[in-house]
Amino acid sequence: MLGKDQTYLALRTKAIESLLIETGLITEESVDSIVRTYEQDIGPMRGAEVVARAWTDPEYKARLLENGVDAVNEVTGGGIDPKEIVVVENTDSVHNIVVCTLCSCYPWDVLGLPPSWYKAPAYRSRVVCEPRAVLREFGVVLDPKVEIRVWDSSSEVRYLVLPQRPVGTDGKSVGELAELVCRDALIGAGLVKA
Amino acid sequence: MSYATDRVIADVTGPTAMPRKNGELVFGAPWESRAFGMVVALADEVFEWAEFRAELISEIARWEAADDAGEWSYYERWLSTLEAMLIRRGLISRVRLRARIVEVGDTQAHEHVHLHSGRKS
Repeated sequence: MLGKDQTYLALRTKAIESLLIETGLITEESVDSIVRTYEQDIGPMRGAEVVARAWTDPEYKARLLENGVDAVNEVTGGGIDPKEIVVVENTDSVHNIVVCTLCSCYPWDVLGLPPSWYKAPAYRSRVVCEPRAVLREFGVVLDPKVEIRVWDSSSEVRYLVLPQRPVGTDGKSVGELAELVCRDALIGAGLVKA
Repeated sequence: MSYATDRVIADVTGPTAMPRKNGELVFGAPWESRAFGMVVALADEVFEWAEFRAELISEIARWEAADDAGEWSYYERWLSTLEAMLIRRGLISRVRLRARIVEVGDTQAHEHVHLHSGRKS
């Protein structure tokens, strides 16, 4: 059983990469480019933009709830490998939260890579059994009358939460609204504050 | 269990700081980013994403069922999945991999010694 020591994992990774480069299956540059993209270019900003648009454009919001992929592509310019994205809307009576119980399926194209906690066994199992308690640990305390819906993302469908627009944001521009939207709110583990 | 503590990041700044997104590290260590990048580079070319995902799910399930699982590391599951798939398909050999791990380890130890002794070989 190979050890968990960080140094050893680094050696193992480097060894695999060097062998793959030698056999021509990858190049170092291609890996560099992918890493750079996910560290710098792709992130929750796209998701935030989608939400801000939905908050300010009722027709866009209707399209978003009807066909997540097409509506998201309107904002991102398309050209991204479209996994099915289904957008679930938070309301005064329903709060949505997303998980991938088996691994870590997540809408990369609009949110970037998932945070560590999303991928951890504790979250994956607990949010299904006791979502209200998990939400409290995230600092989200919901009225007991609010129904919590837990959505299990898979290879076929990735869920994205459309959080509620906070009170007191009437004068804000789409850009200003997008800045309010945090990544956790798009997973359902947070709320958007004005 | 508190998830807030899971999101506390070491307060490192300057040129050695790891890339951050929304105040959070995308990868916990450079090797994680390489493991990630390799799979993305190979997916759709050498294997299907669906296959990698199915194997990752099995690998995670195996870890969760093990008595001596040790500490959870998502990217260790990811790396183990990649390694197993490559070996099973004959794209890398287990023997060559073991040898290469030793070589890489020796090279790094060698560089480390010279770095600290102030001499270059």
